[in-house]
Amino acid sequence: MSLRSKDLTGIKDLSAEEIGLILETAAGFKDVLGRDIKKVPALRGRTTVNLFYEPSTRTRTSFEVAAKRLSTDVINIAISTSSVVKGETLLDTAKTVLALGADIIVIRHNCSGTPHFLAKNINASVVNAGDGTNEHPTQALLDLFTINERKGRIKDLEIAIVGDILHSRVAKSDIYALLKLGAKIRLIGPPALVPDCLKDLGVRIYTDMNAGLDGADVIMMLRIQLERQGKGFFPSTHEYFRNWGLTAARVARAKEDAIIMHPGPMNRGIEIASEVADSSRSVILDQVTNGIAVRMAVLYLVSGVQG
Amino acid sequence: MRIFIKNGRLVDPSQKIDDICDVLIEDEKIKEIQIPKARGKGQGAKEKREHEPQGFDEVIDAGGMLVLPGLVDMHVHLREPGFEYKETIKTGTEASVRGGITSVCCMPNTNPVNDNPGITEFIIKKAVQEGSCSVFPIGAITKGQRGEELAELGMMFDAGCVAFSDDGKPVMDSLVMRRALEYSRIRKALIISHAEDMSLSAGGVMNEGLLSVTLGLRGVPSQAEEVMIARDIALAELTRGRLHIAHVSTKGAVELVRLAKKRGIADITAETCPHYFSITEAAVAGYNTNAKVNPPLRRKEDLEAIKAGLNDNTIDVIATDHAPHHKDEKLGEFDLAPSGISGFETSIGLSMKLVDEGFLTLNQLIEKMAVNPSRILGIRKGTLMQGSDADLVILDTHVEYTVDTASFRSKGKNSPFEGWKLNTRPFATISKGRIYTWD
Repeated sequence: MSLRSKDLTGIKDLSAEEIGLILETAAGFKDVLGRDIKKVPALRGRTTVNLFYEPSTRTRTSFEVAAKRLSTDVINIAISTSSVVKGETLLDTAKTVLALGADIIVIRHNCSGTPHFLAKNINASVVNAGDGTNEHPTQALLDLFTINERKGRIKDLEIAIVGDILHSRVAKSDIYALLKLGAKIRLIGPPALVPDCLKDLGVRIYTDMNAGLDGADVIMMLRIQLERQGKGFFPSTHEYFRNWGLTAARVARAKEDAIIMHPGPMNRGIEIASEVADSSRSVILDQVTNGIAVRMAVLYLVSGVQG
Repeated sequence: MRIFIKNGRLVDPSQKIDDICDVLIEDEKIKEIQIPKARGKGQGAKEKREHEPQGFDEVIDAGGMLVLPGLVDMHVHLREPGFEYKETIKTGTEASVRGGITSVCCMPNTNPVNDNPGITEFIIKKAVQEGSCSVFPIGAITKGQRGEELAELGMMFDAGCVAFSDDGKPVMDSLVMRRALEYSRIRKALIISHAEDMSLSAGGVMNEGLLSVTLGLRGVPSQAEEVMIARDIALAELTRGRLHIAHVSTKGAVELVRLAKKRGIADITAETCPHYFSITEAAVAGYNTNAKVNPPLRRKEDLEAIKAGLNDNTIDVIATDHAPHHKDEKLGEFDLAPSGISGFETSIGLSMKLVDEGFLTLNQLIEKMAVNPSRILGIRKGTLMQGSDADLVILDTHVEYTVDTASFRSKGKNSPFEGWKLNTRPFATISKGRIYTWD
């Protein structure tokens, strides 16, 4: 089996089988990462370009490590707003990158739909590393991988996702992926950040954190983007923490063996208490490690389609 | 020049004619309408006296086709001066004539803004020289369309503006809108409202709902349009000014206008555009920038409500909101692409579907696309009455064709209707004394 598309633009476009394939492939690569020599020659001679229009440390680094472990050459291009000021269009930039010999373009952009636009207009494989408030598919895949590692399954798990769902590309991708694999989802947060219409996808919505966490197998916390404050979505970070911050007392509402996840970077004391973030139930660092294996799988599989 | 159009089915609601007629045109005016067979009852028509016409420069056989007053489009963007790379008065009016439209009202969001009589005069002069159809400028309500101080409405009116609007933007300040509606009464001028509460639309780029959330695009709720319409109706009631609501797109907006008309509280008219009764927000899927328009494409229930509002005459006018943009501007990030649809060359084809589907009678359609806008604007168009301008369109309603944006006369190829199958388009348009036909 292989992927149907040369690109990974989002989880929306993947089937459950394709998600399964990526996770299986990632498991193989995770073994590789445990060896002394953590590198395979799978994509030797290929070139991966990380085209980042937004500042990112962990996702870019994770993709870079993944690409290097597959033996591809990696070029990092961080586009500051200055080139936009110079007037180069996205398509021109992408064509330039292509002319430099890119086989895979990993793109992060603040506008939703940008990877889809590139995928349609250029021949290289395009991998979405986060587009606006749309999707962050590799994050969702590494979340699934981590849950599966801890719980042995995805199906029928009760997953609570807490925070700014509306603006979170991580949450969106997680929701689509988890639903495709049969999990049950509760979304928890202030009404302005958890639109009611999401119920139509088959999820439950809570404004009350305690009720939402009741009996959960997995608690996924989202980063509160501080720039949302002052725009009226919620009155203050202080009040936010009172209502939706993850404390030990709230964790106790979930199942005894519930795990705690966060895509990072965390705002300690705003969405998550330090005692929880650093507790034995936290799998936050596993997520980071698994991210490399999952991204290796994605780069490897999209290259196969392109080949 | 003398033109004779024979055998067409002439429909002119202004004279209550719907019959097989011949039309005689002389010196750019309608000379006479003749009904060949003695069965017509139209007040403006005479029974035909002679057998075959003699001494005409052009004879057009319109057998099997519709002969209508040239269409009047009261909401268009010609982009000149300032944005000639998107469209010019020349290319825009060539495109409008291709769509059977012989009169257009151009919105003032040019550069510089049409907020003073100098710009108004420039547009009129340019249109006389280079335009294929009649051009009636719409002046800005406020200086620079900034929504702060009234522009020189009186002088612009005297220079030829037929209405005032800050289209593209609302007049957010209620007091400024009140003053505009009051002041415009001096010349009984029309104020056209671009109804959008910017604090609610908040930078949104498509309709708000599950689709906007799952595409990760900022949404504009229907209520951004509706609260503004409610405000403007209240202000029109207060001031007794003449209010016209541009590009109605939501079910709630139709209901507000319907209620205001029923209660008779305000002098209010309303328009919608073909895209609001033809497609929904679903067209945005895949980040299709050609489906990005303001107000945004809405849901199915809104589309149905717009059709019902046209049917019961809550909505008086169908206008295109022709908004051409350059290819490069639409080729990129959805968030950054400008809003607008190039509408001239699909308008009649899409609108005629309403007649085919039974939502409108042919008479109603012509009222909304020619008669009503002329009446609302106070211009002597939209009629084939003897002595009126020979603005006329001959429509072929049995031509199967596929919309091909590359063949648009407009510089703007930005249309979500690329590839659509339509069955109506002009066979010929007569405008400013010229006959336009196309291969």
